Amino acid sequence: MNIINFTPLSALTGGLLIGFAVFLFFIFNGRLAGVSSVASDSILKSSNRIDNLLFLLGLIIGPILYSLSGNEIESVLTNSLPLIIIGGLLVGVGTKIANGCTSGHGVCGVSRFSIRSIVATISFILTGVVTVLIFGV
Amino acid sequence: MTKLSSLISGIIFGFGLTISEMVNPQKVLGFLNIFDAWDPSLIFVMIGAILIFSPLHFIFKRNSRPFFAKFFIIPSNKDIDKNLILGASLFGIGWGLVGFCPGPAISAISFSNTNVYLFVLFMFIGFFLGNIFQTKKHFI
Repeated sequence: MNIINFTPLSALTGGLLIGFAVFLFFIFNGRLAGVSSVASDSILKSSNRIDNLLFLLGLIIGPILYSLSGNEIESVLTNSLPLIIIGGLLVGVGTKIANGCTSGHGVCGVSRFSIRSIVATISFILTGVVTVLIFGV
Repeated sequence: MTKLSSLISGIIFGFGLTISEMVNPQKVLGFLNIFDAWDPSLIFVMIGAILIFSPLHFIFKRNSRPFFAKFFIIPSNKDIDKNLILGASLFGIGWGLVGFCPGPAISAISFSNTNVYLFVLFMFIGFFLGNIFQTKKHFI
C-alpha cells in the first residue's frame, strides 16, 4: 500500500461544511439529512416533498456555486454503460433496503453513536473495498 | 420556512462535496483502493462532518425543538438485521463499481454528463425496487 492524491485539508474543510449543512437541516427542519432517504422519499412519499426536492436542488447548485468562485473540480466516470446501470441500481436498492447511505448512516448515524449505522457503515466500506480489489479502479 | 432551510442545507452540503472532491468518483475509488494506491481523503470528510454534527446535535436535541418543525425525527429502529447488512453490502458493491454514493451522484448532475444522468436515473429505479422489496417483506 502506498498513499497517493491525499488532500487532507480540502477533505476536512468539505467535511466540516457537510456537517454544518446536516446540522442546519436538523435544527431547522428537525430531520436527519441522509441523502438516500431524502431522494427516495421525494418520489415515494408525499410528505415534505417540496423540502426534499429543494434539498436535492441545493445539492446540484453546490458545485455550480463552487465553479463560480473560479475553482475547477472534475467529475470523471470511466465505467461502461452496463456497469453504470448496474452500479446505479445497486446503490438505489441497497440504500433503500438498508435505510441509509454514506450520509444517513456514515455521517448522521455515526454522529448519534447508533450501532446500527456503525454496522452499516463498516458493511458498505468493506464490500466497496472488496469490489475495487476485484474489479480495479 | 422549511423550504428555505432545505435549499440552503442542500447548497452547503453540495458545496462541501465539491470542495472535498467527493463529486469525483475517481477520488472515492481512490479511497476504496486501500490495498494498492490509497487516497485516505474520504475518511477526513467523514471525520469533519461528524466533528461538527455530533456534538452540536446532542446539545440542540436536549434543549429545544426544531425552529421550523414541531419535533425532531430520529430513527427508532435499532435492529441489526439481515436487511441492514444485505442493503449496505449491495450499496457498497455499487459504490465500489462506479465510485458514486447518492449525495455526490445528485450533486454531479451539475457537470452535465449523460453518464451521471444515467446513474441517477437507475439509482431512483433502485429506490423503487428496494421499496417494493421492503413492503413485500412486511407481508411475509
